[in-house]
Amino acid sequence: MKAFRGQPTIFAAAQPDNRRAELTVEALSLQFGGLVALQNINLNVKTGELLAIIGPNGAGKTSLLNCMTGYYHPQQGRITFNGEAITGLHPHKITERGIGRTFQNIELFPGASVIANLLLARHIHCHYSVGLAALFWPSVKREEVRHRRVVEEIIDFLEIQSIRKKPVGSLPYGLRKRVDLGRALALEPKLLVLDEPFAGMTLEEKEDIVRFLVELNEAWGQTMILVEHDMSVVMSISQRIIVLDFGKKISEGSPEVVQNHPEVIKAYLGDSG
Amino acid sequence: MRKLKFRPCGNFKERYEQDIAIFETDFGRVWVWVGLVLLLSSVPFIAGSYTLYIINSIGIAAIAAIGLNILIGYTGQISLGHAAFFGVGAYAAAILATKMGFPFWLSVLAAGGIAALVGMIFGIPSVRLKHLYLCIATLAGQFIIEYVLMNWEGLTNGPAGIILPRATLFGLDISGDQSFFWVVFVCLALMCWMAVNLIRSRYGRAFIAIRDNDLAAEGMGIPIFRYKLLSFGISSFYAGFAGGLWAYYTTSITPEPFTIFLSIQYIAMIIIGGLASIPGSVFGAIFIIILNETLSRITEYIMNTGILSGIALTVAPLREFVFGLAIVLFLIFEPRGLAEVWRVVRSSFRLWPFSY
Repeated sequence: MKAFRGQPTIFAAAQPDNRRAELTVEALSLQFGGLVALQNINLNVKTGELLAIIGPNGAGKTSLLNCMTGYYHPQQGRITFNGEAITGLHPHKITERGIGRTFQNIELFPGASVIANLLLARHIHCHYSVGLAALFWPSVKREEVRHRRVVEEIIDFLEIQSIRKKPVGSLPYGLRKRVDLGRALALEPKLLVLDEPFAGMTLEEKEDIVRFLVELNEAWGQTMILVEHDMSVVMSISQRIIVLDFGKKISEGSPEVVQNHPEVIKAYLGDSG
Repeated sequence: MRKLKFRPCGNFKERYEQDIAIFETDFGRVWVWVGLVLLLSSVPFIAGSYTLYIINSIGIAAIAAIGLNILIGYTGQISLGHAAFFGVGAYAAAILATKMGFPFWLSVLAAGGIAALVGMIFGIPSVRLKHLYLCIATLAGQFIIEYVLMNWEGLTNGPAGIILPRATLFGLDISGDQSFFWVVFVCLALMCWMAVNLIRSRYGRAFIAIRDNDLAAEGMGIPIFRYKLLSFGISSFYAGFAGGLWAYYTTSITPEPFTIFLSIQYIAMIIIGGLASIPGSVFGAIFIIILNETLSRITEYIMNTGILSGIALTVAPLREFVFGLAIVLFLIFEPRGLAEVWRVVRSSFRLWPFSY
């Protein structure tokens, strides 16, 4: 595994308290009219863990993520993050509390450059006011320079130096996914939520992203939730797996346990009868 | 003193400060200062009174257009009520100056502030409405404000209007065309600079994010409603400030000019000048005001020429026609506006004799 040239600043102040990411989901249920998307889901994430959520199409994986990040409001249940209830909060409030996410169908800002996209994610870490910004006061400038540096380190980490000034709309799909990951990292999340980061990628692109995720998790202690279809990747990198099917949790445990669980085999391969 | 670098070639950036500077090379930096000094030191002495009046109107319109560009071009919230906010600024300055005896600088600034408040109130529908629906909601704002200016006679004096005292700054009389030129263009330069600063700070980035993808913007921790309101506020501040200057400049104001047609003119300015471009707003203001003046000169000429006066009535609406035509032609041939034309011209000079 290629080691990063240096420790990115965002992980430098790795005070145990700053990186704490304890997420608990209790009895979560979500319905769209008569359609039950999620039913009585319980799960918890511990600091430093790489948890994978898998399941067939339409199992409710993305709905679960959208509940955690505030895009959907569940009808029942509680979600707490580091001891604080975050159920039903607006997405921006949840981002402020330290849950950063990537999107399944890359939701970048196509007209803006890679740097601008990443800098935008520094928004919650900028603290200057409108008045000072209009005058570009020296303190504003200092802060901007600091964020520019953090962004540069992320660019370095993800090896996208050559495209840093390119508009995101002009990039190929695999690189866009990588920029999306970079943008989520620039939020300095305590808990990083990845929605299908490998979807539609070539093998090499996939290997690159896996390398970044493993380094993030193992070397820098980033807590992550990974929603994914690609079983081989999930089985090899995640420490714990949760399997959803038709909005219900059917199995939970280490990759070996899940792999041999009869319900999981049934959900993926169908009822062999 | 460090060596000035005029070309991008070999101009390596060694610190992040250099990367977030407004100008890439010293070329732009030096020319802006030279241009400003030339503008401020020569134009008021060369230009006649009528030309100066046009130039001052351009300066005032440019300030308002920059505000509208922040709202439409950067934040993507279409507003049809910009002329109304301009009017609110004009009336606020007039009322503060006549009834409360505020000095020039204070009443113009306060006019900006009051217009910003009013703009934020009429920006509230943006919490739920987008695109065309928001457009119609701001149109309602335009008509409500127009109605209030016309009918709240106790405050606005109704159709009779208000006559302002002479503008003075630090005891100097600045109500003449020449001295007002300096006031307008120093304000325009400052407002331009502040707008550019806002755009390169976190606020500008948040505005652009809301325009491009509001779902993702929220995921990046941006409270979108608050930022939409902020954008309405900043935009209306610019409009109100410009309105305040305009009120002092014309010395008497009535509710007539602040109609939907003026709002559309502002939109035309930023479309022709270039959406999401601060220099573009200034170019657009120059283009529209000059077009307007030329067209009314032509109509006037036709009216007064004996043989042609018969057809004068038929060509009178020509103004609106040419106006619409200009917008349509720009949308077809240069949708990014005059700012893009300017960029192409500039880069072809820079790259000459090579094509790229």
